[in-house]
Formats: sequence, structure tokens, C-alpha cells
Amino acid sequence: MQTKRTVFGSPVLPYLLVLPQLAITFVFFLWPAGQAVWQSFLREDPFGLKTSFVWFANYQKLFVDPQYLYSLQITAVFALSVAVLSIGSALVLAVAADRMIRLSQTYTTLLVWPYAVAPAVAGVMWWFMFNPTIGIMSYMLEMLGYDWNHSLNPTDAMILVVIAASWKQISYNFLFFLAGLQAIPASLNEAAAIDGAGPVKRFFTIVLPLLSPTTFFLAVVNMVYAMFDTFAVIHATTQGGPSGSTAILVYKVFQDGFIGLKLGSSAAQSVVLMVIVITLTVIQFRWVERHVEY
Amino acid sequence: MAAIELSDVRKTYPGGFEAVKGISLPIRDGEFVVLVGPSGCGKSTLLRMIAGLERITSGTVKIANRVVNNLEPMQRDIAMVFQNYALYPHMTVFQNLAYGLKNRGMAKSEIDIRVDEVARILEIEPYLARKPRALSGGQRQRVAMGRAIVREPAAFLFDEPLSNLDAKLRIQMRGEIKQLQKRLGTTSVYVTHDQLEAMTLADRLVVLNTGEIEQIGTPLDIYRRPATTFVAAFIGSPAMNLVKAHRRSGAAVFGDASLPMADDIASGMEVTVGVRPEDLTVAGTKDALRLTLKIAYVEELGATRLVHGTVDGQNLVASVPVDCPLGETLEVHAEPSALHFFDPQTGRRLN
Ligand SMILES: Nc1ncnc2c1ncn2[C@@H]1O[C@H](COP(=O)(O)OP(=O)(O)OP(=O)(O)O)[C@@H](O)[C@H]1O
Ligand SMILES: [Mg+2]
Repeated sequence: MQTKRTVFGSPVLPYLLVLPQLAITFVFFLWPAGQAVWQSFLREDPFGLKTSFVWFANYQKLFVDPQYLYSLQITAVFALSVAVLSIGSALVLAVAADRMIRLSQTYTTLLVWPYAVAPAVAGVMWWFMFNPTIGIMSYMLEMLGYDWNHSLNPTDAMILVVIAASWKQISYNFLFFLAGLQAIPASLNEAAAIDGAGPVKRFFTIVLPLLSPTTFFLAVVNMVYAMFDTFAVIHATTQGGPSGSTAILVYKVFQDGFIGLKLGSSAAQSVVLMVIVITLTVIQFRWVERHVEY
Repeated sequence: MAAIELSDVRKTYPGGFEAVKGISLPIRDGEFVVLVGPSGCGKSTLLRMIAGLERITSGTVKIANRVVNNLEPMQRDIAMVFQNYALYPHMTVFQNLAYGLKNRGMAKSEIDIRVDEVARILEIEPYLARKPRALSGGQRQRVAMGRAIVREPAAFLFDEPLSNLDAKLRIQMRGEIKQLQKRLGTTSVYVTHDQLEAMTLADRLVVLNTGEIEQIGTPLDIYRRPATTFVAAFIGSPAMNLVKAHRRSGAAVFGDASLPMADDIASGMEVTVGVRPEDLTVAGTKDALRLTLKIAYVEELGATRLVHGTVDGQNLVASVPVDCPLGETLEVHAEPSALHFFDPQTGRRLN
């Protein structure tokens, strides 16, 4: 790695420079996180009149609650589906865009960029189409003879939230894959072609393995996104329904805390969620350290 | 093993740039042909058309008497060594070598035997389990060679395979490539812009300039009788001196010297005279044909010394022994047989 190292004259200056970032991290992340942990050990009545310290009671109740275990389960299904769908579609789009860029002459590369980014725009458009209030997708499915009803059918509901959550990630994944593909020298593909590998074989034996660090990175990022960042998507589409079939962990935190006003349980849930995300991140860093260099 | 035949091969890139302008070249079975020329003259383009990595705009390429214009690279039975080696970074050296064999459905036991054999020849056995990034440049180069050899193709194509190595390693690998090719007897086409590499490797040298062949011949032929001023200046280091001279009956006059020149070889009043620096010797008292070189500066090469100077305002370089005394000027002599005459308009050789 070649990094430019900056040398500061005063030893205080670098700390001063990161201070605003540290302050933001503290106020908006560390402080609330600490609050959540503290809260998860308390039992509070909904009116905030009486508070008692209950140790791990909130957690114990959580892990025998069938509703919560169900939520854990669908979160896993949801996160994996979002990762697979958004990574898969982004890869297909990126391969197509990469091919287009490579076939054109070098000097047109810059001109082709807008086309390459177009799928990102397309992703946003699709999101609108699936939007239950203004979308036309359900209407079209109905015309095809499928009685789409995500407000009654749990599978339909899950498919809807997976697709809605995935589309937003596709553009992000696409850019990573495209950059990864562009970084693979053309001569590798040519050497493989001479070595007797057809286009499909080349993709699976050369391109895909070389993209594996990117893919792994994106898998983790997308799963974290699906677990943490999809509140708005679910709130706008199914609101966790029907009968909790799309109430993934992050949505349940909101439901139990802000609607059910079970603050202790809700805090415990967010701590569990936090632990999951931290674990994923640690795995990612460990793995990247070891495997990025092939 | 196979002969390769190029007939009037052309390449026009999309955008209209004609990189290769009608090249015809028969390559015999087992021959080592080197394509040499300055950067951008279309060497790589030509090689890649033989490999099937670039579409042929017109003309035909035949490998082993089979027109391959529309065949995929894998169907042409060739192997190529790339300038950046193009080793598969996620595979071990063994897997790199085995990849092409596996794709052709060879049995695993046979693959093991072949890879081991090639690894032995190229002395890369200790690295078979390593990934390419854990190899030095020279070792990677060997692996790239190995990947080509292990398939036992009909022909090897090399695109500047040594240009990423340091000077010393380059010379060593040059020798090894030559030896290996002799031993395997596989038809080889080798691209380089390094004229010394070209001279030392080639059975036959093809000098290219702006997409056209300037001259084809054995390295010695080309060195001794360059067909054009371009070849004369390109082949040989230090480069041949090329100076302008005036015609007079039976001679070309240059400075105070009159260079003997048969009258019948050309018309016109001007002529370009070529003489290699090593053909300019320090003049003895008996030598009639002498030039007085006004010395500008001297380069020491160890074994010899390059004297740069001017005669009649034109630059001239002489390669002289290190022990010869130097003053302000140097008297040099050239044998009439060492003189090359070129037409100054067309650049074609006259004698
Ligand atoms: N894809 C392309 N599109 C348009 N022009 C190209 C393309 N590839 C090469 N050229 C042009 O064709 C000419 C020949 O290129 P080529 O790569 O064959 O040169 P070369 O002789 O191998 O040079 P070098 O010694 O620098 O490798 C160059 O002028 C180059 O700019
Ligand atoms: Mg080239």
C-alpha cells in the first residue's frame, strides 16, 4: 500500500482536526447506544412513572418470546434475500456495462459512463413502480393473472419488501462491481480465451473469483443495510404486516418501543441488533484482512 | 508444430485508423520470426490477429494450412506470452499451468506429468504451490513461458515478454528462450521494439514501420544490407551514420572526402551515405579515404569509445579503441565496401 503520510508540526493539531467527527460520533452514536444499553436493564411503565432495575430480565423474556424468534427468522430470510437479489442483479448489470465499455474504444470510455450509470437511475425508477401507493407493478401482475396482495399474503409481502429494499442497493453494488471488473486486466481474459475457456467458463473461473473480495464486502454491507437501514422501506410498504410477517428486527424495535411502549424490551432488542451488526463488521474486517490479497 | 502464412493482412480499427497495411509473410514450420519496429508500428496488432484476439479486417491468416480468420483463439492451437504475463492471480503456479490442459479435458494424471515436466525444464518446481504475487518478476516470466509450453501448441506468440525485466535478467531470459525454442522446434513469432533482442533471437527478422514491412531477412543480412534508411537507422546500436553527399562522376563527395561510388547505381545529384560507427576506423598514414572528425564529445563504453563529432556540419559517430589518442579532431577511415548508399527521396538502398 502506498499511502501519503502527513506530518503535523504540533501534536495537538491532528486531535483537533478529528474532534468534530469524534463529537458527532459521540453525540449521535455512542451516547444513544449507551442509553440503549442502560435502558435495556430497566423496566419502566409506559407512563414513565416507575422505573426498576431488572438486570437481564428483558433479554430473558426476549429469547422465549415466539414473536421475537419469528422476527429473528424472517430477518435472516430478508437479509439474505436482499443480499442475493441486489448483488446478483448488480453483477449482471455490471458485466453488461463492463462489456460495453471494453468493446468501445479507449477514448470513448468517458462518454460511455452515463450509460454505465443508467442502471442506477433505473433502480430508482423501479422502486417507484413497486411503491404500493403510486406503483403499477401490482396492477400489471394482476393483469398477468397473479392475484398479488401483499396486505394479506405473507409471501407476497416478503417478496415486495425484499424487492423494494434491493432496488435501492443495486446501484450501489453496481458501482463496486463495475470498478472491480474494470480493474481486471483484459489480458487475463485473453489468456484464458487462448487457454481454451469459453466466455461462460471464463466468467466463472477467472472473473468471479477475482471479484470475490468485492462480493464478500458487498454481502456484508447489504446484510447490514437490510437489517438496519430498511425501516423506511418497510414502514412505507407493509408496516411489518400482514400479522408480523415482515416485521424484521429493526421494525419490531420501533413497533414495540414506540407503538407498544415496551421500552425495556425495545432497548434490549436494539442492543441485540447492535451486537449482530458489530459481529458482521468484525467478521468482515477479519476476512478482508486475510483474503483480499489472492 | 505448423507453418503460419499471412497474406495481405490488414487491420483498420473502428474509427478508421489503419494499423496494419497489407502484410504478407510466410513463416516456415519451426522458424523463429521476430517482428521489430518502433512503438505504434502495429506489431502487437499483427500478433493479436494471428492469436485471434483482434478481428482481421481483410486478408487471410493460415496456421497449419488452415484459414483461421474466423476461428476463436482456443481453436487456433497457439499459445501466447503477454508483456504483463497475465498470470491468473487467484491460482497457484500449478493451477496456472494446468488451466489450459484442464479446459481441454486432459486426464488429471496426464496433467500432473506434463506440468511437472515443464516445471523441471524451467526450474520453477519450488514455486508450484505459490500464487503469482509471491514470485519475482523473473519467476513470473518463467511461469508465463511455462503456461505456453505446457500445452504443446502449434505455435508460440510472444508480445514483448522481456520488457518488464531488468537488463541483466533480460539477457539471460533471451538466451533461455532461444535455447528452448531450438529444443522444442516450435514455430514462434516474437514481437519486440528492442533491436538487440530482435537480432539475437531471430532466425528471420521482419522490420515493420507504420503498419508495413520495411525489410525481411536474417539478422545478418539486415545488418549488412539494410534496404532502407529506416532499417539502417533502426537496426544496430549505436545507429548507423547517415549523411548527405553530392554526386560527382564515380564518387559521392562529402566534406573533403570523395567516396567511391559506381556511376550506374543511380541518378540525381544528392545521395545519402550510410556508414556504421564500427566501420569508421582511426586512419593510418596509407589510407586514402579519410575524414576529419571535429570532436564534440566522447562516450566511454569500456571496451570501446564512441566519438561524437561533425564533418562538414553533419553529425557522425565513430567507435574506436579506448587506447587511441584524442585531440580536437580525429582522422577516420572507411573501407569502400562498408559504405551504404541510399536514395535521399525514397530512402531505398542504391548499391
Ligand atoms: N483498439 C484500438 N483502437 C484504435 N487504434 C488502436 C487500437 N489499438 C491500437 N491502435 C493503434 O494502432 C497502432 C498500432 O498499435 P500496436 O499496439 O500494434 O503498436 P505496437 O507496434 O505494438 O507498439 P508498442 O511497441 O508500443 O507496443 C497504434 O498507432 C495504436 O494507436
Ligand atoms: Mg505492442
